[in-house]
Amino acid sequence: MLGRIREMLIKEFIQVFRDKRTRYLLFGPPVIQMLTFGYAATLDIRHVPTAVLDFDNSQLSRELISRFTASPYFDVKAHLTERRQIGDLIDRGEVVIALQLNSGFAEDLRKGQTAHLQVIVDSSNSNTALVALGYISQIASRFSVDYQFERFLRISPLLLPQLPRIVLERRPWFNVDLNSQWFFVPGVIGNLILVMVVNLTAFAVVREREIGTLEQIMVTPIRRVEFILGKTVPFFLVGVFETVLISLVGTLWFGVPFRGSFAVLVFGAVLFILCMLGVGLFISTVSATQQQALVSGFFFVMPATVFSGFGTPISSMPEVLQWLTYLDPLRYFLDVLRGVFLKGVGLDVLWPQMMAIGLFGAVMLCISVFRFQKSLD
Amino acid sequence: MRWHRLAALVRKEVTQIRRDSRSLLIVVAMPVLLMLAFGYGVSFDIKHIPVCVFDREGSQQSQDFLKHFQASEYFNVVKTVNTFPAMIHAIDANECRLALVIPHDYSLKIRTGGPVSVQALLDATDNNTANVSISYSEAIVQAYSQQLQLEWLNRQVQFMTQPTLSVDVRTWFNEDLESVANIVPGVVAIVMAVIGSFLTSLTIAREWERGTMEQLISTPVTSLEVMIGKLVPYFLIGMLDTGLCAGIGVWWFHVPFRGQWSVFLISSALFLMVVLSLGYVISVLAKSQLAASQAALIATFLPAFLLSGFIYPIDQMPTVIQLITHIIPARYFMTITRDVFLKGTSIPLLLDDLIALAVFAVVLTVIATRSFKKKLT
Repeated sequence: MLGRIREMLIKEFIQVFRDKRTRYLLFGPPVIQMLTFGYAATLDIRHVPTAVLDFDNSQLSRELISRFTASPYFDVKAHLTERRQIGDLIDRGEVVIALQLNSGFAEDLRKGQTAHLQVIVDSSNSNTALVALGYISQIASRFSVDYQFERFLRISPLLLPQLPRIVLERRPWFNVDLNSQWFFVPGVIGNLILVMVVNLTAFAVVREREIGTLEQIMVTPIRRVEFILGKTVPFFLVGVFETVLISLVGTLWFGVPFRGSFAVLVFGAVLFILCMLGVGLFISTVSATQQQALVSGFFFVMPATVFSGFGTPISSMPEVLQWLTYLDPLRYFLDVLRGVFLKGVGLDVLWPQMMAIGLFGAVMLCISVFRFQKSLD
Repeated sequence: MRWHRLAALVRKEVTQIRRDSRSLLIVVAMPVLLMLAFGYGVSFDIKHIPVCVFDREGSQQSQDFLKHFQASEYFNVVKTVNTFPAMIHAIDANECRLALVIPHDYSLKIRTGGPVSVQALLDATDNNTANVSISYSEAIVQAYSQQLQLEWLNRQVQFMTQPTLSVDVRTWFNEDLESVANIVPGVVAIVMAVIGSFLTSLTIAREWERGTMEQLISTPVTSLEVMIGKLVPYFLIGMLDTGLCAGIGVWWFHVPFRGQWSVFLISSALFLMVVLSLGYVISVLAKSQLAASQAALIATFLPAFLLSGFIYPIDQMPTVIQLITHIIPARYFMTITRDVFLKGTSIPLLLDDLIALAVFAVVLTVIATRSFKKKLT
């Protein structure tokens, strides 16, 4: 039996590695994906183009505007004089935000009343708008707190120390500089294994069926289990290889910290790869052509990626979908990856995730091996 | 070019797609799936952030403070802990993204005056959620602090008002700041990239792999006819799906469509020509379906997803990547669909993008016609 498996493995490896293009597939796409995600995927907002329309033109209004000019989040591109210019600039996409201060701004503040900062925001990109509005409200509230203090100091300096005040001390853990590369790079490992292992496995089997060589294999003395092993072992190794490759690129090139244990990462990766082999085999049992396999794979890969929390938080999804995400193995593997890379946690914290991946993998493998054997008859 | 030969080829392709019932399903199901997955799954409306509370004082005042977090739609207090280790575990195990620690002398300090620090520990693994959480919690704390100060001032003999700065926001184009309005027009481009290049990338490679290419080459059809014959059915499918996507967006997700349908259709047709030609060239070069599908993924899907501004704003990317985005056709199409949907922009303002798209379409179509040689290698 071992001899036959070895022959089968040799055949598979030759098939995978002889074609120059396929060999390139093992290195090219992972590295390209890694680099584009690493450099392009950022939701950080800096230098938002901003226009200012200051009708008040007082010392206070200028001070407020200077806080925007000094902030790294806003680039004050234009000082306007008329209201209609705002619409013009926003329509042409030259600014995203326009700040307007009406006359009487400083007067209101001096009288102890509520002064108004009008903000017009192009919200066609809702995330940019949302984050920028957050920064605006922080700048505004800091401005008003500072002003209140100065004013209070002038009116009754003795009472000032007694004025109650709550300060929020923020401590971002695990990713102190809020670096988006640290968030995305570990996730790319999960996503790549998902895409590559599922597709490669499904294609390898369906290809034999499509070009008719499956029948040739069936007339050899090879057993079904041996055939399945021969088809899956190479891609299992590919998956492990990709995990190591991307971990290296991520830590050495992008400087993502690796705080946990490598053994835990590999253990999680092995479980997840088994899972994906199961999915790939399953897809191969329901596809007659490679095009069908590609599309069926897509139907799994796409939702699995979107609902895993890879790019956007699960807690923001509709509640029904949040429940569905528990069926997504990538969700658990991302917890493992980010946990090991950034949080440095071990099995004591990650065991529920590991169990979930293992369970999903076991079920998937059983179903697909069973179906696969039937589909060979 | 002979019309009857072309018609025969188109009929062959259409029959091939029609007989493959799965492909037919894909034509309808793929856009629907993508639309629903992205529309519901990709949300930047960060709400219901899970919060863990460590109230070291447990007084009425500290509870009053926490109530403001509970009342906010942005936070969900999911857990109350009594020890630091329990809190750390909650963060490690992804039970919460934000942990609030109220000091044991909270109410005393409020009474005696001066600043009180409340700690906000954030799981910054997901940097964007952490960033937005900071903005929201700052806003809540500031508002609460102001309220305390006013109460305190009113208790003192001298009655006085506190001047405040209120931020009045007006959002344009996407009034409710819903990310679905931002995502949906973009999904149209993603769907076209998938249908256009994923599916076509296999068409020529399949003929090579199955050996039917020799039959095709021995017929009198010219290579131009082969190309048109292969692409026409997919062009029709692509246009159908574009309409389907737009329909789902407008009627299901209630995304406004403010522009002209003609602009939308013209730009869609141009973009479709771009992706179809790309898919075709890849198919001719790759010769194996696996290599073709992976190349199509890298050449069309990935850039349409990452480098077009679909989710990640281009102006926030490093300069080199920003330059690269200029050669990504999806970038121009993304701008057009968004502007047409949300802003109702008319042709003059979109002229640059339309011209860029048209140039890509022409160049790539020419390359595609030259790529396929009726030769057996």
